[in-house]
Amino acid sequence: MKGTVIKYGDNIDTDVIIPARYLNTSNIEELAAHCMEDLDKDFVNKVKPGDIMVAGKNFGCGSSREHAPAVIKAAGISCVIAETFARIFYRNAINIGLPIMECPEAAKDIENGDQVSVDIYTGVITNITKGKTYQGTPFPEFMQEIMKAGGLVNYVKEKGE
Amino acid sequence: MGMTMTQKILAAHAGLDKVKAGQLIMADLDLVLGNDITSPVAIKEFQKVGVKEVFDRSKVAIVPDHFTPNKDIKSAEQCKFIREFAREKEIENYFEVGEMGIEHALIPEKGLVVSGDVVIGADSHTCTYGALGAFSTGVGSTDMAAGMAIGKAWFKVPEAIKFVLKGSLPKWVSGKDVILHIIGMIGVDGALYQSMEYTGPGVASLSMDDRFTIANMAIEAGAKNGIFEVDEKTIEYMKEHSTKEYTIYKADEDAEYTREIEIDLSTLRPTVAFPHLPENTRVIDEVGDIPVDQVVIGSCTNGRIEDLRVAAKILKGNKVKKGVRTIIFPATQKIYLQAMKEGLLEIFIEAGAAVSTPTCGPCLGGHMGILAAGERAVATTNRNFVGRMGHPESEVYLASPAVAAASAITGKISSPEEVVK
Ligand code: SF4
Repeated sequence: MKGTVIKYGDNIDTDVIIPARYLNTSNIEELAAHCMEDLDKDFVNKVKPGDIMVAGKNFGCGSSREHAPAVIKAAGISCVIAETFARIFYRNAINIGLPIMECPEAAKDIENGDQVSVDIYTGVITNITKGKTYQGTPFPEFMQEIMKAGGLVNYVKEKGE
Repeated sequence: MGMTMTQKILAAHAGLDKVKAGQLIMADLDLVLGNDITSPVAIKEFQKVGVKEVFDRSKVAIVPDHFTPNKDIKSAEQCKFIREFAREKEIENYFEVGEMGIEHALIPEKGLVVSGDVVIGADSHTCTYGALGAFSTGVGSTDMAAGMAIGKAWFKVPEAIKFVLKGSLPKWVSGKDVILHIIGMIGVDGALYQSMEYTGPGVASLSMDDRFTIANMAIEAGAKNGIFEVDEKTIEYMKEHSTKEYTIYKADEDAEYTREIEIDLSTLRPTVAFPHLPENTRVIDEVGDIPVDQVVIGSCTNGRIEDLRVAAKILKGNKVKKGVRTIIFPATQKIYLQAMKEGLLEIFIEAGAAVSTPTCGPCLGGHMGILAAGERAVATTNRNFVGRMGHPESEVYLASPAVAAASAITGKISSPEEVVK
């Protein structure tokens, strides 16, 4: 995957990704219109399909709402790169099939607007604008299988457990 | 190398003799929980799995507590959807308004969790039940769906931080101050992916309600779970509330921890977390002059009977400062009733506070006490993120019930010592 970077800071919580006040519906398309609204009102206007979100530490902290990775995915983001992820967000992203990558070096170095490509299976991140590569932590095989199956539900189905 | 409490519970539920940190396992679940925000998504995913029934009707719990009693038509539709699912699948632990309470206060009260259990809940504060010596953690809706279908979930076995508690808490200092102190010290990602394990001689001095509060906010330090060593108080609590069989796991002597932190409870002061992160803590003596528009006492963190008793002790014979909206929401019907019997509700109402039916309401900026732009609240809840209780330009300060009640009287963030002589 390859795209333009939209960059945010540390501790981006699920309340700013999708505020609870909108969660009286679980319609993801409807919710995606409010993605990042409390932090960056302009996000939904500027995001283009394939864009890559980059952020600092503890991305997705707070509530367990799966609506958070789901609206990011629905808004068109192809991958989130962060220094670290909050754990529930991390598992939710895998379970719903939103590619994410932990890489402190890339998260610090990449700037807003850079062109970046990501290989989530090898963990290699390439900053095309700056002509640099970074090595992120690739997913363990088990998680790759979930991602390949298109999320946990398909994985469980395939396993026929 | 030995195992931590959490690792032992996980090993037992994965059918393994031993697990180590970082290992990926599939574990059997003793309870799968969801609420009215996360369950609709989970149910839609569950329907895709293609199984007809949930894995065990007695091991699924659905608690519509967030936007209930339904605040608008959309929330009513969401609740209707989960109610119909609960009926169709004959879910034994579905709790309707009237019996419903905030899930993390309700589940232990109903005896649905005991020590040694593995619990997942599609709500981040599911970690609350670590107070009982269970492994319980928040997950998303898809995990809930898979859990309902197959009774299993995948976990990465966590490392752990060991907290050794000593001494006992001074007057007006509570479990809330302990956990705010800890989060202030280690930060909102200080325990990322890890367990917070509480042990030491100081544990015995903490009430179960204090322990629930401390375990509840493990997620605010980024932790996977918070867990307390089981002692007589835990066993007494379980015997009073549950008929389930429990297993007690103790960490091995040679269990490995990433850090060991000793806390002398007797040195702690009432602590307040400033906006917009729970780690922005200051002791009450360093808070300064912070006037408030609203005071909220309740939630899954601090809506239990002891919390209400402390608030009542402070509010008794006093009046809430004119212009300060004070909202008290007991966490469950049982707590509400108990507060009524003890005369606490009368004290609150006479002081000029509003008492609400159990709901998450204001805690997540849902309903029943939303803040306008520029307004400020002191709340006994667990999160003070931007927009958490309403307008993105409002502010939430986190504190204990004692500090919140004192602040209601003075109209600014205050120490209980100021108002109770
Ligand atoms: S009281 Fe607040 S933190 Fe607790 S479950 Fe409800 S919304 Fe979540």
